[in-house]
Amino acid sequence: MINYLSNNSDIILTALRQHLYLALLPILIGIVVSVPIGYLGVRFPWLYHPLVNTCGVLYSIPSLALFVFLPVVLGTKILSPINIVVALSIYTVALLARTVADALRAVDRTIVQSATAMGYRRFRRLVDVELPVALPVILAGLRVATVSNISLVSVGALIGVGGLGQLFTRGFQLFYLEPILVGIILSVLVAGLADLAIVLVQRAVTPWTRYQHGNGGAA
Amino acid sequence: MNLSYLLDPAHWHLTAPGSLPQLLLSHLGYVALALLIGTVIALPVGLYIGHTGRGSFIAINAGNAGRSLPTLGLLMLMVTLLGLGLTPVLIALTVLVIPPILTSAYAGMRTLDQQVIDAARGMGMRPWQVLTRVEFPMALPVLMSGFRNAALQVVATATVAAAVGLNGLGRLLIDGLAVNDYSRVLAGAIVVAALAIALDLLFALVQRWIVSPGLSGRVRARARRATT
Repeated sequence: MINYLSNNSDIILTALRQHLYLALLPILIGIVVSVPIGYLGVRFPWLYHPLVNTCGVLYSIPSLALFVFLPVVLGTKILSPINIVVALSIYTVALLARTVADALRAVDRTIVQSATAMGYRRFRRLVDVELPVALPVILAGLRVATVSNISLVSVGALIGVGGLGQLFTRGFQLFYLEPILVGIILSVLVAGLADLAIVLVQRAVTPWTRYQHGNGGAA
Repeated sequence: MNLSYLLDPAHWHLTAPGSLPQLLLSHLGYVALALLIGTVIALPVGLYIGHTGRGSFIAINAGNAGRSLPTLGLLMLMVTLLGLGLTPVLIALTVLVIPPILTSAYAGMRTLDQQVIDAARGMGMRPWQVLTRVEFPMALPVLMSGFRNAALQVVATATVAAAVGLNGLGRLLIDGLAVNDYSRVLAGAIVVAALAIALDLLFALVQRWIVSPGLSGRVRARARRATT
């Protein structure tokens, strides 16, 4: 294993870099897209159920099917990394848009009413009050999306772009265990670190959640 | 979009090897087997941990660990270790089924209202009766959502299994890509996506059917309608 690592460090690092790029760019796109969509699902209640159902259907499409279907729809080359980025963005939005809607719906009405009474307009109230209060739930959804994105990227190796997944296909073709093990370990490690990073961000930006147990759950 | 492969009646012969119905059937076979074995293993363990509270650490982390395991890597690891064939693939699929079912069985049992369980005990129910007639039915909605997640994951991974020589609908994707037959790839993608959505809908219906109407709120809705 040590030998394999030192002899192939270039290949492994390139694969790792591609893996990170392919997994994290869709997360950023997903956040930017799903916050407004989730908000619309709350602002217009008749939109909520169609939104949840669409997200459910999109999320249930198997990744390999989506990877090979997108080039037909987008007109991209089958080997283009854009397919992977778009597919994973779709999964991220399918998961997060619903989470954002649920989190905003769960915000205590009295908090919203107090903010309105203090003179907050709709947009300022959303940004300054409702979203911060909903943040712990949204970030919990983000953790799920990030971890599953990182493990899904490797399926892309079957169509030639898959970050660490390329180590799997290489090992499989050569009937050689090391690359597969290194790929799995790195992938799980990256997922764990990304998960931890979100937890730390959450602790930093929502300090009030830590006092909840002490004073009877005022949030 | 070129739908010629999907719409060609020659690819829909029931008995021809490699036809769409045959691939669909083998795909469903892998999914059913993995779900069955995974449930038999994970359900009792999850219920036990949820019922006793012992080992909650395992149940909480199983879900996260399962999500972070790259499915393609797991498949190729198993095949490289054990050789080609159904067994290594089934092991990989089963490993993916266990975490969501284990975690949801545990979560379903943990979120129960403790007063309901006390009431059941107070009515003289034995521990086994409390488990089978109170706790399990009440944990079912959460449990079913975990089961549906597991089913989706297995349908998707069984597709990937074609890359390690198995049949199933992934054959259309892998073989189509290998010979640049995009019509075949598209047919595979559409049928797999339709299968995943149909299975999820089916399990949603099963869930509606087996979850007590008193839990899902349907009784309350009916009562409201009756009074107005």
